[in-house]
Amino acid sequence: MPPSDTEVGALVADHALEFPGGYTRSVGPVIGRFLTELRDGRLVGVRTASGGVLFPPLEYDDDGEAVTGEFVEVGPDATVQTYAWVPRPLPGHPFDRPFAWALIKPDGADTALLHALDLGEFEPGAKQPKTLRTGLRVRPKWRATRTGGITDIECFRPEVTMIGAPSRVEYRLSAGKALTRFLTGIAEGRFLGHRCGVCGKVYVPMKGLCPVDGVPTTEEVEVPDTGTVTTYAVNNIPDPRAPAVPFVSAYILLDGSDIAMLALVAGIPADQVRMGLRVKAAWKPREEWGRTMENITWFEPTGEPDVPFEDIQDYV
Amino acid sequence: MGNACAVIGVGQTAYRTKRTDVSIAGLVREAALRALEDAGLTFKDIDAVVIGKAPDLFEGVMMPEAYLADALGARGKPMTRVHTAGSVGGSTALVAASLVQGGVHDRVLVVAWEKQSESNATWALSTHPPLTPSIVVGAGGYFAPHIRAYMRRTGCPDHIGTVVAVKDRQNALKNPYAHLRIPGISREMVESTPMLWEPIRYLETCPSSDGAAAMVLASESAARRAPNPPAWLHGTAMRSEPIFFAGRDTVNPQAGKDCAADVYRQAGITDPRRELDCAEVYVPFSWYEPMWLENLGFCGEGEGWKLTESGATALDGDIPWNASGGVLSSNPIGASGLIRFAEAALQVRGLAGEHQVEGARKALGHAYGGGAQFFAMWVVGSEQP
Repeated sequence: MPPSDTEVGALVADHALEFPGGYTRSVGPVIGRFLTELRDGRLVGVRTASGGVLFPPLEYDDDGEAVTGEFVEVGPDATVQTYAWVPRPLPGHPFDRPFAWALIKPDGADTALLHALDLGEFEPGAKQPKTLRTGLRVRPKWRATRTGGITDIECFRPEVTMIGAPSRVEYRLSAGKALTRFLTGIAEGRFLGHRCGVCGKVYVPMKGLCPVDGVPTTEEVEVPDTGTVTTYAVNNIPDPRAPAVPFVSAYILLDGSDIAMLALVAGIPADQVRMGLRVKAAWKPREEWGRTMENITWFEPTGEPDVPFEDIQDYV
Repeated sequence: MGNACAVIGVGQTAYRTKRTDVSIAGLVREAALRALEDAGLTFKDIDAVVIGKAPDLFEGVMMPEAYLADALGARGKPMTRVHTAGSVGGSTALVAASLVQGGVHDRVLVVAWEKQSESNATWALSTHPPLTPSIVVGAGGYFAPHIRAYMRRTGCPDHIGTVVAVKDRQNALKNPYAHLRIPGISREMVESTPMLWEPIRYLETCPSSDGAAAMVLASESAARRAPNPPAWLHGTAMRSEPIFFAGRDTVNPQAGKDCAADVYRQAGITDPRRELDCAEVYVPFSWYEPMWLENLGFCGEGEGWKLTESGATALDGDIPWNASGGVLSSNPIGASGLIRFAEAALQVRGLAGEHQVEGARKALGHAYGGGAQFFAMWVVGSEQP
């Protein structure tokens, strides 16, 4: 076997073939009119002998007939007929980031133009966006300085169909007397509530009023941090405040309260939580306490026997 | 109940995940024009406009009614915005009705809408302000424990939610406006979807929709000149209660029972299952059908799920509920109550199309909102009371 070229270090040389100054091309009256209109920021097609509008114009239609001399302004609104997404552009492509090649038919034309479609900023290799579809409405983006060439259109871009509308409102919330007192209790590891002077019901946390009797409440009572799950949901939708999914949000009737409060239940598999389950608050280390319910991580089972449903059914 | 009042026009948009083809103004306009066309009227014939939607936080447009006055032909006319959370569509219709019943106006345009695609309702309902942290995530997170309590209290079996989820989506296939149209919907399909907030499965919840609905309400003299059959109001009622108080029955709220008793009394109804021909009831989670069957007195307590299971509420049952596909199939929240009221009217007008309940003469429209604490209802009939 003879040695290969590389083994003997074959001679190679680069060569560029370029007509000095570039070729010239006379475009004729039809293409010339198209390019002239492009330079002036307009899209025109030409009417064919059979009555259609050829865009971009050619001098002869597909039957070999000469087109008429009638030029028709088309677009600039246009529709994407088909497309190819380019996730990794090559040298010489009109963009150095992902874009699409598309067949684009301006309103009023019967044929389409191949051009670049800019759908915005994407990372290299990005998947085709959902907005890219047949039927997408687009318009040309014109270059500021035009010379009468197809790249006078820098690209096509989708119509504006949506805008961002960010808004932000900042509040300073004041806890009010009742909630401040309740959270002060929580900062001391105590659950405080109010007993209504009319109906005698105990509200933990207190609101400073009884929603049934419509009277202010002032008689403070303390209840323990133990209670009973009345009812609950097993949540499979992640939430930053919950340890994991699934998590259990439960109504817990603290011993001595007449209204259940909503809290996390953990320390037990979600599918073993049940109505009537006895639970106790799991407190963070005392040095981390503040005037916030975050002092309590969640409620967890005490291990006591369940409370019969008959005893809690009036609280669900 | 005041002067006679009738629905003489109903207009709905298609309900879709995203109506990106229209602005909010274009959306409400679409429904309003269709209602006017049904009534044979133009904006010039309208005396007042009443508009409703759920919280402004859903789209982030504060007081949108102000900017929608032009789209609804309200310049130079009274325009009122109503807001009662999820029941707002129903309350909006009732505020409009009161303007006619009170003899103030002859023709009132009522419109309700939501464009949920502009943000995310679960975010808007779970903003978590400081000091009073809540661990409720979205409406499903709130209602799931109460559904569980209903099941425990009544012995309702696990598959009842699935039965309703299938039935309402089968009905939706007969409603061209419906958002969720799932050919071949089946119990197996629903049961194969994940639990979001157990016991609520994905397909047991309502969708998030863009859409608007509108009605023209008319006085007796105006209704007599309408080109299409009117739906006469036989009763209207609203009730509310606090979300949070000791002894509250969250499964079977007193406000709902009181509201139903009031609307039935006005309409002369003592046995709703027998005397009504169909009902459009706000059921955003499938389990609320059996719960509301009991709350609205269609059966005794603990019997709702048996009625559902028997097929009585199906389109071919003796008391079809949500022939339109209901909230489970279309849920532009602010409009969802108004759609119930409008669909009840379409039924007694004989204009419900493919989901028409044969020979319907009396129908209930119902909406609820907040933590099942705001209720709005009407009974409409083909005959003037």
